Amino acid sequence: MQATTVVIIGAGQAGLAMSRCLTERSIDYVLLERGVTAHSWRTERWDSLRLLTPNWLSRLPGWTYRGDDPDGYMSASEVVRYLDDYRQLFAAPLQTDTTVESVTSTTTGFVVDTNQGPWDCRSVVVATGACSTPKIPAFSGELSGRISQLAPIHYRNPDRIEEGRVLVVGASASGAQIADELARAGRDVTLAVGEHVRLPRLYRGRDIHWWMDAVGQLDERYDEMDDIVRARRLPSLQLVGSPEKRTLDLNALAGSGVGLVGRLVGVSNGKAQLSGSLANVCAAADLKQARLLDLIDEYATRNLADADLDAPHRPKPTSVKSPPTVLELEAFTTVIWATGFRPEYPWLGNHLLDRKGAIRHDGGVMEEPGLYLLGMPFTRRRKSSFLDGVGPDARFLSAHLARFLDQQAKRPHAAVNR
Amino acid sequence: MSTTENHIVDNGVNVEALLGAREAMTGAPEAAKFKWAATCEWVAGTHSRTTVEKFFGIGAEQSHRQPYVVDTDHPEIFASADNGATPPEMMLIGLAGCLTAGIASVATHRGIQLHSVNATVEADMDLQGILGIDADVRNGFGGITVRYEIDAEATKPEIEAVVAQSQKRSAVFDIVTNPTNVTVEVV
Repeated sequence: MQATTVVIIGAGQAGLAMSRCLTERSIDYVLLERGVTAHSWRTERWDSLRLLTPNWLSRLPGWTYRGDDPDGYMSASEVVRYLDDYRQLFAAPLQTDTTVESVTSTTTGFVVDTNQGPWDCRSVVVATGACSTPKIPAFSGELSGRISQLAPIHYRNPDRIEEGRVLVVGASASGAQIADELARAGRDVTLAVGEHVRLPRLYRGRDIHWWMDAVGQLDERYDEMDDIVRARRLPSLQLVGSPEKRTLDLNALAGSGVGLVGRLVGVSNGKAQLSGSLANVCAAADLKQARLLDLIDEYATRNLADADLDAPHRPKPTSVKSPPTVLELEAFTTVIWATGFRPEYPWLGNHLLDRKGAIRHDGGVMEEPGLYLLGMPFTRRRKSSFLDGVGPDARFLSAHLARFLDQQAKRPHAAVNR
Repeated sequence: MSTTENHIVDNGVNVEALLGAREAMTGAPEAAKFKWAATCEWVAGTHSRTTVEKFFGIGAEQSHRQPYVVDTDHPEIFASADNGATPPEMMLIGLAGCLTAGIASVATHRGIQLHSVNATVEADMDLQGILGIDADVRNGFGGITVRYEIDAEATKPEIEAVVAQSQKRSAVFDIVTNPTNVTVEVV
C-alpha cells in the first residue's frame, strides 16, 4: 500500500491551497483528483462563464493575480490556467484520474481506497467542493420525456439548446446568467424565481465585492452568525462577471425579455405550479440589498473621501407584474434546473454526516480527529467557498492539522495502545 | 339521476336562484367580478380578531346580513391564550364549509335528497417548517384529507359523483390546491 501523511481529496482551489500550506510546513501529502486539476472548471462550466469576483480578489497562499486586468473577471479557462500555474509553482504531488471509493479509520490513521489502489495516511482533507452534484427536485421525474432536462454543469451555450421555449428554474448566479444568455440569443425564456440575493455589480463606482471586502462582510465568521445553517444555505449571489461590468438583476432580465414567474413548487398533470410568493421574495431581496448599501454608505462616510466616489445611486425596486401561477409544460422543450447542489459523500461513513448527508464539522474540523473539510460555503467565513476566501481557511486548518500530527506523535506507542 | 328525477327534493338550496344568477352573469360578466374583504386587528399575543362584512359584487357594494367576527389564536401548548381556532384550522373550516355547500347545491341540482352530510378534515403539518428548523420542510400542510359520510337518497356512485363535482366547482378547493399571487404591503 502507498503511504503518505495527508491525503487531500480534490485538486481545485481548496485542495491546492491546502497543499501549498502543507508544502510550507514540510508535511508529506498527495492530492487525489477525480480528473485533472480544476476538473470542474474544465468540464462542468458553460462557455461564457466568468468568475463572480474580480481578478484581484483571487489571492491564494503564496499566489496572486498577475494579469493586466485586476478589475476584470476570469473566464473558466483562465481560472484553469491560474490554478495550474499555482500547482506548478510548488510542484504539488498530484495523482489524477483517481476516484475515491472509501475513507476508513485504522489504528494509525486512515485508509483512502481509490480506483487506483489504496493510500495509507494519518490525516484526510476533504476538498471536493460545493458544486459537484446538482440538487434537482424529485418532481422533475413527472415531466414529460419529450422535455430535455439539464443542470447548469451540463449547459454549454444557447446553440446546444434545442429550438423552443426554455424554463430556467432558479434565479441565483447560474439561473440568472443562463436565462440572460438564452434571452439575448433570441430564445423565449421563462425564469422561476425563489429566494435570491440581489446585488448591483458596481456601487458608487466600485465593484460590489470590493465593498463587501472593505466593510468586512466577506470575513464574517461561522461562529459569530446567528443562524449558520441558514447562512450556509444562502444561494449564490445574483451577479455576472462581464467585461462591461453590467448588473444582472430581475429588472435587467425582464428588460431582456425573460418572463419572470414564482418559485416552481410542483408539477401536476403536465402543469408547472408556481408559488404566488414572487412579490414577497423580490421585496425581501430589495430590502436586503438596501441594508447592505446602507452599510456601505456608512462605511464610505467614515472611511473614504466623497470625491473618490460616485453619488449613492440606489437600484430601482424590482418590478413584479402579476405572473401566471400555472404553466403548461407542453409549451416548453427544455427545463434547466439551476436549483443548486447537494452534498454527496458515498465514500464517507454515515457517522461523519448529518441527516441531510452533509459533513458535520466545526469550522472545517470534522468530528473524527484527523479529518478536515475545506472549500464549502461558510466553512469558516462568508468567503470560504470563494477563490479569495479559501486561503485563510487552509492556513488555519493546516495549522490545526500540524498540531494534531504533533500530538499524535508525542503519545508513546499511540498506535499500539489504540 | 333518473331514479330521483321526479322527486321534489328539499336540501334548503335555492337552485333556481343559482341557475338564474349563472344565466344573468353569462350575459354580463362584469357582474361576476366579486371582491371579498376582511379586516383584521391584532388583540394581544397571537390573538387576532378578523371581521367580514362588506364585499363587492354584481357591480355594487354588498354586505352580509350582519358583521361576522372570528377570533384566531394558538393553543396553550404554544404558550398562547387559545382564544380561537388557529389560522391553519380556519383554512380547514373554509375547505369543509365550501365543499359541503357545494355538495348540497350539486345534490339539489341533481335531484338528490340529502339526510345528513358529515365531513372530517385532517391536515398534516411538520412544525420544523414554521419554526425554521429545516428549510426543506414547507410551512404549510403536508397534505389534507377530507372524509365524507353522506346519507342521501342515491347510490354510492351517485354520491361520489356529487362530491367530485363539488370539488371541481369549489373556490376553497382551488385556493388550497393551486397557487395564488399574494401581495402584502405596509402602508
